[in-house]
Amino acid sequence: MPVLRIPTPLRPYTNGQSNITVAGSNVSEALNDLTTQYPTIKPHLFNESDELRPFVNLFLGENNIKDLQGVSTPIADGDKLMLIPSIAGGADVA
Amino acid sequence: MLPELSRDEILRYSRHLLIPEVGLEGQRKLKASSVLIVGTGGLGSPVALYLAAAGVGRIGLVDYDTVDSSNLQRQIIHGISTVGKLKVDSAKAKMLDLNSDIQVDVFNEPYTSENALRIARDYDLILDGTDNFPTRYLTNDVAVFLGKPNVYASIYRFDGQLSVFYAKEGPCYRCLFPEPPPPGLVPSCAEGGVLGVLPGTIGTLQATEGLKMLLGIGEPLIGKLLLFNALDMSFDYVKLKKNPNCRVCGPNADIKELIDYEEFCGVPSHDHEEGSAGDGFDITAPELAERVKTNHLKLLDVREPHELQISALPNAVNIPLGELAGRLSELDSADEMIVFCKGGTRSARALELLASAGFKKIKNLKGGINAWANEVDTSLPLY
Repeated sequence: MPVLRIPTPLRPYTNGQSNITVAGSNVSEALNDLTTQYPTIKPHLFNESDELRPFVNLFLGENNIKDLQGVSTPIADGDKLMLIPSIAGGADVA
Repeated sequence: MLPELSRDEILRYSRHLLIPEVGLEGQRKLKASSVLIVGTGGLGSPVALYLAAAGVGRIGLVDYDTVDSSNLQRQIIHGISTVGKLKVDSAKAKMLDLNSDIQVDVFNEPYTSENALRIARDYDLILDGTDNFPTRYLTNDVAVFLGKPNVYASIYRFDGQLSVFYAKEGPCYRCLFPEPPPPGLVPSCAEGGVLGVLPGTIGTLQATEGLKMLLGIGEPLIGKLLLFNALDMSFDYVKLKKNPNCRVCGPNADIKELIDYEEFCGVPSHDHEEGSAGDGFDITAPELAERVKTNHLKLLDVREPHELQISALPNAVNIPLGELAGRLSELDSADEMIVFCKGGTRSARALELLASAGFKKIKNLKGGINAWANEVDTSLPLY
């Protein structure tokens, strides 16, 4: 099954797991499986209309799914999906 | 005409001169080059030190901050002797101690839409060592508008990102991140923190990309993003493409001049002000100290559990901000409640959330538990 790599900022929502095995034949199904396994991650990836938030970048291998077929991009066993977060740097958090 | 190297410079840079890819001509190129480093903190420290040591002829530093002892865990260009001094002055002194043949320009001011084009205009290359979204978008747009390469690096806890955004030859930062995450959503307002060595790892890579761009050698990370994770010791690369809909570098770009980046990102770019929830919604630490003597107040601590190990207030209920929306049933809106965090920013967000859920008797501890530690109980540590 495909594996989805979770970046550090989102790991609090996956019980600290960095690599999640996800089921599905395309990206959309894989993300559904992810949010079923870890429901609290959902608002961080999807908006209220269940669309992927614009600042969420998901890569299949080396390629942004936006440059492929978006969430309809087919995936296969052994594929590596990677979520790339928008990180600002070492800003102090008050 | 490239500048000549003096006898002393030839000796100083001899290990560069022995590399055919650099050689005498490359070293003269570096001497003729100029770079602007935005931010003199975690990333800026190794970048400024290594570029100074490498003999980049003119290096500009922009930072408005002063050195604090909590910087020294990672900002190795500064030191105990410069705590309290301007970061740009502290960094300049260290750089000139390493290499007095270079010129260091200092801009002791926040990098803003008003001054950024003026500051950046006279440099060949910009290195983004900032720590917040507004300044990142500003740095990107300035580089696009001036047609300069922007060597980008960003860090968070154990993760680092690196790329060269150069709109003339590839994508810009906005092609990948058209807009920042809204405040309150991961990861900008999640817990902070960074492994001290991480800006060293990523900053030295950033300096490497800067030198490659100045020398015109190798394959710079244009159109590629490096993703580093220190825990896995993993280096992953992904391809970045120019976004045809990019609002600053696309064919139909509609942003033609610098904008209000704090408004665009919904967060301030300067983190020095004490977190406040606005007029009428704040209580200061001394006021709270008086109130707790006579009133029964509920204290709600919205920090992460590991922060409670650093400092805590007795009898406070801990619900991290990220969990608050799902745990409102644990709170009673009839209680008079003081919400606090480290510095007052997260608690101000918590206040908004509570107000929208119908809580009325709520106040934000202005400046957070750090204000309490400064003004009421100095036995509590600051962090």
